Amino acid sequence: MSENVYIAGIGVISAIGNSTADTLRALENHQAGIGPITSLDSIHRGRLPVAEVKYSNEDLGKLTGLPSSISRTALLSMMAAKEAFEDAGENAFEGLRTGFVSANTVGGMDKTEDFFSEFVGNPQNGGKLRNVVNHECGSVTELVADKLGIKNIITTISTACSSSANSIFFGARLIKHNKIDVVIAGGTDALTKFTINGFNTLQILDEKPCTPFDENRRGLNLGEGAGYVVLVSEKVAARLPKNCYCRLSGYSNANDAYHQTASSPEGTGSFLAMKNALEQAGLQPSDIDYINLHGTGTTNNDNSEGTAIQRLFDPNYPKMSSTKSFTGHTLGASGGIEAVFAALSISNSIIYPNLRLTTRMEAFPFTPEKNFLKNQRIRHVLSNSFGFGGNCSSLIFSTI
Amino acid sequence: MRMYIGATGNISPQHTLGQSSLPAELAEYNTSRLKCIEPDYSKLIDVKYIRRMSRIIKMGVAAALRCLKDAGIDNPDAIITGTAYGCLEDTGIFLQKMVQNKEEMLTPTAFIQSTHNTIGAQIALLLKCNGYNNTFVHRGFSFESALLDANMLLEEKAVNNVLIGGVDELTDFSFDVLSRFGLFKERVTSNLDLYKTPSRGSIAGEGASFFLLKNQPSSNDHAVVEAVSTIYKPFDSNEIKEGIQSFLKEQLISITDIDIVITGRNGDEEGDKIYDNLKATTFGQASIINYKFLCGEYPTSSAFALWLAAGIVRNGSMPHVFINPEKKQVKHILIYNHYQMIHHSLMLVSAC
Repeated sequence: MSENVYIAGIGVISAIGNSTADTLRALENHQAGIGPITSLDSIHRGRLPVAEVKYSNEDLGKLTGLPSSISRTALLSMMAAKEAFEDAGENAFEGLRTGFVSANTVGGMDKTEDFFSEFVGNPQNGGKLRNVVNHECGSVTELVADKLGIKNIITTISTACSSSANSIFFGARLIKHNKIDVVIAGGTDALTKFTINGFNTLQILDEKPCTPFDENRRGLNLGEGAGYVVLVSEKVAARLPKNCYCRLSGYSNANDAYHQTASSPEGTGSFLAMKNALEQAGLQPSDIDYINLHGTGTTNNDNSEGTAIQRLFDPNYPKMSSTKSFTGHTLGASGGIEAVFAALSISNSIIYPNLRLTTRMEAFPFTPEKNFLKNQRIRHVLSNSFGFGGNCSSLIFSTI
Repeated sequence: MRMYIGATGNISPQHTLGQSSLPAELAEYNTSRLKCIEPDYSKLIDVKYIRRMSRIIKMGVAAALRCLKDAGIDNPDAIITGTAYGCLEDTGIFLQKMVQNKEEMLTPTAFIQSTHNTIGAQIALLLKCNGYNNTFVHRGFSFESALLDANMLLEEKAVNNVLIGGVDELTDFSFDVLSRFGLFKERVTSNLDLYKTPSRGSIAGEGASFFLLKNQPSSNDHAVVEAVSTIYKPFDSNEIKEGIQSFLKEQLISITDIDIVITGRNGDEEGDKIYDNLKATTFGQASIINYKFLCGEYPTSSAFALWLAAGIVRNGSMPHVFINPEKKQVKHILIYNHYQMIHHSLMLVSAC
């Protein structure tokens, strides 16, 4: 088994930027991407803020070479996966076994919604089949894999909000087991009426820009985007023309087994995910320099995650922040997007602010970081992704 | 890594739950839609949870719990599910209400249970299982990906056993949509005669097949999964042939060692050509049997094939519904299936 797994390339698109460079600029300038709904024809327009990617499907089609009529989930995926692959130097991978492990939560739902409105009253003829042909989560992955010319190992993971943390985790293990040499891993999700209405029924959407880990937080904002990392083995890393960003040194997946949507008050699942990831990396809590929080901004998540952090880190807390205050909660993409943030944190020695934080949570002795910090000594970053169904995953990124 | 099958739990269009091999009495269907034969769930799941569960969740949870019961295990070390479509019924309910009510007056239950990881999550919740939990949703590779994950986990020695399942449901909506894509035959006299008159399309199926896989053998094991492999969008039939040959070679076995090949023949004249081709060129003298006349076509049907293979090697011979002229002892079974000619998968199953 290969001992180390390296991150050789990164790619990201979200409401704060269409590329890694844009994204870094927005993070440094405290520019959140949260605003009114403009693209979806929803009754929640004007009331619920979201974090939309600024490009239209037509823009994305032109930039990716994919038809703009396909699911936005695939278009976003292609943007970020292509950026990651090119960043790593895709030509360097010729002759190597390359895989694509992606994640999403609702596949081609944006198009299925169009199909369904006509289908419901007329199941035999209503709705255009081309709008439902890529409904499956796996279809979205294949549209991108085919465009990238990857066919060795292709799969898709869907574990709600922890989906793409699990795809990175799985991709790393494929390399360690020598099943593959190079894996593009991460996830994607586009905003859909299905998810906006679903989260709305749960009454956990903030009608203003979200305030994760604030005592007076009101809920989350949904976002869209995609984030991918290119994972390579030690052997492959050595032959690449440029240095890798960092190593993926630890990962763990645990289940909270408490409730279908709510997290346990003790943060059982999140505690186990973080603790086991540390053990797997051979690290102590005190080795962690920055935690990229799951930090959705809901009362329940931030309480549960905070409790788990307190149990594990008290009394010495590393710096931490929720970048969902910038990007909104991008669901199946969040673990991938935040993995890119973790890689950049290490390679650029930076820590991101937790925006709009005014009142520290009374329950905890720690305060998330409010400023963009440069020149930080960052050896290890912990990234949390917790989801519905109790699926909790933590990843640890470390300097090379 | 050899994976020992300690127990199985299978809900399918046949009477398979609680059976380790195919029962003599086969269920017959006269339509192109095969439906799972569902058990009395109250015997397997706490009644207060059943009411809220959709059909696929009940099927998945019941098959999983029955598998664990037969394995004599209260709590597995890990739970991995493969499902191409996920929880379609709840997805359809929420979508329909959203469209018809114009996004007003919606309730959360269907949305909450529509996420693809709900089956694995509900199993964990009922068992209070805090271990590794993952869900693969990759079309005709969903179950194979889950097997690959299980294989690595068992090899990592992070766990000693894994509860793994392949689950997919048909709903009225999905049957209508898939029918419009021409996937199913318009007229079916009997699923048992599926292969008699080849025509366009197959018969629609569904199922929930769970397995307890272990990295150590024990006396009651059903079978061993030696290896699993996939081929995505092969360029031509040669790529499939080479894929099969190198798969067997990696397992240090030759086609002459294979007693039975279980193929995914589904009655669709176009898709079945590759099975004819491989029979003539690649499968040698092995007996060839098919399974989709029993369970129908669906993306995770290879989980049903694995259950069938495990039963055959455990009993040492084929069920009487298959013709087996030689009556020889069955030691090795190769499963080759393809889903819509895109996803090709191979599994090698051996006697313990």
